[in-house]
Amino acid sequence: MARSIGRRLLPLLFLAPMLLMIALAWVSPLVLTVYLGFTDLSIKNFLAFVKDFFTDKVSITLDNFRRIFYAEDPYVGETLRVTVLYVVSVLSINAIYALALSIAIAYFTKNELLSMILRVTWLLPRITPGIIYALMWIWFIDPKYGLLNEMLRLMGVPDSWLPDSWLLRKPYSQMLMIMINGYVGASFGMIVYTAAIKSIPPDLVNAALVDGASEFQVARRIIIPLLKWPILFVTAWQTLSLLSSYEYILMVWGAGSGQGYGIARSAGVMVWSLYSYTKAFAEHLYGYASALSLILVAIGLALIILYFKIFGFRRLMEPSRVEV
Amino acid sequence: MARESLRKRKTKALLRRAAVVAVILLVAVIPAIPIWMMYGWLVSQSFSGRVILGILPSKLTLDNWRFLWSPIKMGEKEYPNIWPITMNTLFLALGVAGLVVMVSSLSGYALSRMDFKGRTGMMQFIIALHAFPSVILLIALFVILNKLGLYGKGFMTLVGIVLIKAGLEIPMATWIIKGFFDAIPWDLEWAALVDGCSRWRVWRSVILPLVLPGIGAVSIFSFLSGWSEFLLVFTYVAQEEYYTLPVMIYHMIGEFIHIDWGMLAALGLFYAIPTIIFFSVSQKVLLRIYVGGVKG
Repeated sequence: MARSIGRRLLPLLFLAPMLLMIALAWVSPLVLTVYLGFTDLSIKNFLAFVKDFFTDKVSITLDNFRRIFYAEDPYVGETLRVTVLYVVSVLSINAIYALALSIAIAYFTKNELLSMILRVTWLLPRITPGIIYALMWIWFIDPKYGLLNEMLRLMGVPDSWLPDSWLLRKPYSQMLMIMINGYVGASFGMIVYTAAIKSIPPDLVNAALVDGASEFQVARRIIIPLLKWPILFVTAWQTLSLLSSYEYILMVWGAGSGQGYGIARSAGVMVWSLYSYTKAFAEHLYGYASALSLILVAIGLALIILYFKIFGFRRLMEPSRVEV
Repeated sequence: MARESLRKRKTKALLRRAAVVAVILLVAVIPAIPIWMMYGWLVSQSFSGRVILGILPSKLTLDNWRFLWSPIKMGEKEYPNIWPITMNTLFLALGVAGLVVMVSSLSGYALSRMDFKGRTGMMQFIIALHAFPSVILLIALFVILNKLGLYGKGFMTLVGIVLIKAGLEIPMATWIIKGFFDAIPWDLEWAALVDGCSRWRVWRSVILPLVLPGIGAVSIFSFLSGWSEFLLVFTYVAQEEYYTLPVMIYHMIGEFIHIDWGMLAALGLFYAIPTIIFFSVSQKVLLRIYVGGVKG
């Protein structure tokens, strides 16, 4: 009897620390976000709220969602547009450009050394600590000291097309936002795709080559169809993380005066998640900011459920597997 | 006739090869030029006295590295000494790594080896958490930090951040280390159990030594993610003396008028040293982890 109780308790003992940490860092903030989204929590009643989560100084209301959905906050519409632009363009770099890149590196490049150099190069953006990556971009686009304008001039881009500031002029700043995140995304896609390409049985490719297929035909008819799952995986995974990622945007555009929150807005790079962050930590409207986050949480949960349906449990865990 | 078709075929093959090379150049090499320039600049600028156009160093000097032995000044503003800040960063990274390894090596073992109700459900839950972007929770975590009385408390705020960061990393770490446990044959455990070992003893003295590579991978990974953590410290730490390196670099970039590219480059390089070392030592394992929770 004692033994069987022990047997049942043992897994719990091993799991308890993890469950505790998950409760602290995941479950309670998730629940709290839902609650906060329906409150008018701000700097005024914050201290009272921290003392007692059910204080009557904080009222429960649907105002936040009215402001979002009935466009009472004039800025929501533009934020939404920027977010769609951001997610769609970076996602296409992630999924499609990275695919071309990986085929070029892992299949077209026959020279091992060159292939390795290219792979390491394209890895760098993802493994470099974010702030250094941001610092290098800030230097690179600097009109006076940086090289971007110089390079574009060399490539024959007329002077009148080049902005005096990549950070502030609008279409340019948005292009910059896409480039900065695009390089990191291409990095991610490349890691998954090159692993998958390497695991394709060489017989398949060789057979096609013997039959007279060109390299391009091999890429189109054999490699890409086999990468169906990795492509879906990268798209799914990146959609979710792009919706909520604003770290690089904050680092680059936030690096101005007065905490820099103003720059992101006028530069047209204020994405939804950064907007929520700004509302919370620059304007101290915690309730409204949580409502904005809550919409992302809902989208995130819906997507995760969808992914479980599409991929099944196993496939979600083995992104680089190729099914021959 | 036959000759001509052979020549034709040769030209065709040559053209095809040229097209392949063109694709490689266009897709993989030319877009990589900015990357090479940026990293080249970072290194040469940190040893150069002048602000240089391009990536060639000029006027070699160690002056940019003076932050290692003297206080940092940019314009009017004086920054805290680099070493306490480095210690803060190190504390954060080591704290996260230690906590993550302790917790996930227990839970990973339970998920890999023990049979209990809700095991599959728990694994799905962990995967779902791993896929869920944690930055969304920043606001609620701020409230929790306040509730725990850890906000604005100097060093204790850093302790709170260690707890939160470790908690956020644990689902993924558990999954990775479970993969390492899965790879160990059952026989070893059975043998030990038959000989009268308790489950706990088996875990500690038979299995744990065998998953040392896994533990190494997870600790390096969580060390690096603690080392590069930016948002939590940036958002939750108000006092300058408890900044970590990335947050200090961020604030120094913010001083646009007095920007000192040389020192920033040197500081950036100094900060990147652990990342560079760990990556060159163990890139294969780390890569797999970076992709997102693949078995080790």
